[in-house]
Amino acid sequence: MATTSITIDETPRIRSFLALADDALILGHRTSEWTGHAPTLEEELALANIALDLIGQARALYQATGYAEDALAYLRDPPQFRNALIAELPNGDFAFTIARLFLVSAASDLFWRGAMGATDPDLAAIAAKAEKETAYHVRHAAEWLIRLGDGTDESHRRAQEALDTLWPYTGEITASVDREAWLAVVAPILARATLAQPAESWMQAGGREGRHTEYLGHLLAEMQILPRSYPGAAW
Amino acid sequence: MYSQALNTKDTAAADASPDADRFQARIDAEERIEPNDWMPEAYRRTLIRQISQHAHSEVVGMLPEGNWITRAPSLRRKAALLAKVQDEGGHGLYLYSAAETLGVSREELTDQLLSGRAKYSSIFNYPTLSWADIGTIGWLVDGAAIMNQIPLCRCSFGPYARAMIRVCREESFHQRQGYEIMLTLCRGTPEQKAMAQDALNRWWWPCLMMFGPPDTESAHSDTSMRWKIKRFTNDALRQKFVDATVPQGQFLGLTFPDPELRLDEASGHWQFGTIDWDEFRRVLAGNGPCNRDRLTARQKAHAEGAWVRDAALAHAAKQQRKAA
Amino acid sequence: MAEGRTPLWEVFVRARNGLAHKHVGSVHAADAAMALQAARDVYTRRGEGLSLWVVPSNAIVASDPSDRGMLFEPTGSKIYRHPTFYEVPEDVGHM
Repeated sequence: MATTSITIDETPRIRSFLALADDALILGHRTSEWTGHAPTLEEELALANIALDLIGQARALYQATGYAEDALAYLRDPPQFRNALIAELPNGDFAFTIARLFLVSAASDLFWRGAMGATDPDLAAIAAKAEKETAYHVRHAAEWLIRLGDGTDESHRRAQEALDTLWPYTGEITASVDREAWLAVVAPILARATLAQPAESWMQAGGREGRHTEYLGHLLAEMQILPRSYPGAAW
Repeated sequence: MYSQALNTKDTAAADASPDADRFQARIDAEERIEPNDWMPEAYRRTLIRQISQHAHSEVVGMLPEGNWITRAPSLRRKAALLAKVQDEGGHGLYLYSAAETLGVSREELTDQLLSGRAKYSSIFNYPTLSWADIGTIGWLVDGAAIMNQIPLCRCSFGPYARAMIRVCREESFHQRQGYEIMLTLCRGTPEQKAMAQDALNRWWWPCLMMFGPPDTESAHSDTSMRWKIKRFTNDALRQKFVDATVPQGQFLGLTFPDPELRLDEASGHWQFGTIDWDEFRRVLAGNGPCNRDRLTARQKAHAEGAWVRDAALAHAAKQQRKAA
Repeated sequence: MAEGRTPLWEVFVRARNGLAHKHVGSVHAADAAMALQAARDVYTRRGEGLSLWVVPSNAIVASDPSDRGMLFEPTGSKIYRHPTFYEVPEDVGHM
């Protein structure tokens, strides 16, 4: 049977755009899963704002590749996705969601700040917009992480567990920035949160090459179901 | 998204005090009542109940549409749907804020919802089974909401009216978003068109029920009208909705699931068949297809968020002690 | 343990420079920093503002509506405070 999947001619430029876009889409998708289930009504709105920013970034980046954005999002198979593994991990509890958002956003923000001066005009333009959005994601996640780390015994335990689980996945997201600069953003917040910074050790990788966790297939199966079930239909 | 005319029996005592007379005179003169103003207890109770039911409806209303955010079939649709569901959360929040000006706390209101004591619009107890349901909810449920909410912008209670002005301004895109989805489906493949027709078949009658019981059965409506909390009767709003909606459905090429639907040339109104009020009462009483799921989802979110809210309060308390 | 109450904050938004901050509603948050973020996420999603204030609701001191007559009616008779009280011939031009 014919597949609905598309094939991409991945030039280095397209590959780098896909990595950024897939990070944003997959993390945005995960964040959007909180809708209706957040710990407070105020946080419902905050998380939706962040998800919308990320989905918007993904769209701008996909569009800059010359391929149709929906074909890229809905008609690629898991091995064609270039996102970092950390983005696709399930949301876990609120501490996990916040800790991941903080760690990823801190790296993204550094990247976007650098990319504002990129010679690729598309990248520079997207960076100028994305940097402001991401700076707020860092702020929001950091404020929460401080409260969760410092709050109660239970919230501290959950935040520390989340951080320990996530740390081995941070290698991929800091590969395109200076890890020392990233640590300089992360460490003071962890200190204020009274959280122990995990040791630098083995880092998980593979997302950029399309070797993903078991979770991405499920995420995409859900996300892509309509375009996959009704090939060629417009929505 | 919507406040249903759920007003349960609350026969406002015909208060004949001079305060009550002055109050009614202010209402009659189209003055707005503000939170600290004197008001009859029954007015306060009616408002708290109506505004909080409205708020609960918005918050529970996030769930049926939220069910499709992760499956929205294009990135444009995904962003629009997420923004719309977010708006509903925001509208719930504005409305809880308005209710809180009457001396009731968010915690109490949330507790009323989660314990099953408070009601919310019956429409959200129906399932969203296909993508066309998302189009139909935007088109019909939000369409019905607009009919109901625009008059509420002139409600006699200031904070409610102001919240509704904000809500109506933000909601202007919701119905268009839904109708655009329907239009795309109806102009699409035969499968898509069938999806749209199926959604209309399932949602049409529950949408007509959203306006609440017929005027002949809602005696309490008089008091709300006298207090200018409500400005049109349930039946008047329902008719207005049908008249506005039928031509939109015809434009889509869809058939309404009502063989009795016909235009009455003399009055210019669309006449429709008999609403199954037994179904309405059954769903309100808790036996709709999704009542249990909706409440359980909200209870779960609240319970799982408890440690988060506690952590924020604990941190704030520590900071205050440090500052002291 | 009964859950503690998360404080209520009144939110004021300045739509653009040159305008005063205007009351728009309220949010719940455990502290001021989170209240500001909540106000941003709830009340400025459509470019409504350039500046935000959040104020603990219980810090607002309000006049009593039953004092309305005493406080605000006496001013109604001071019509000499308004320019239209004074007669200046039209020939003098705009003043």
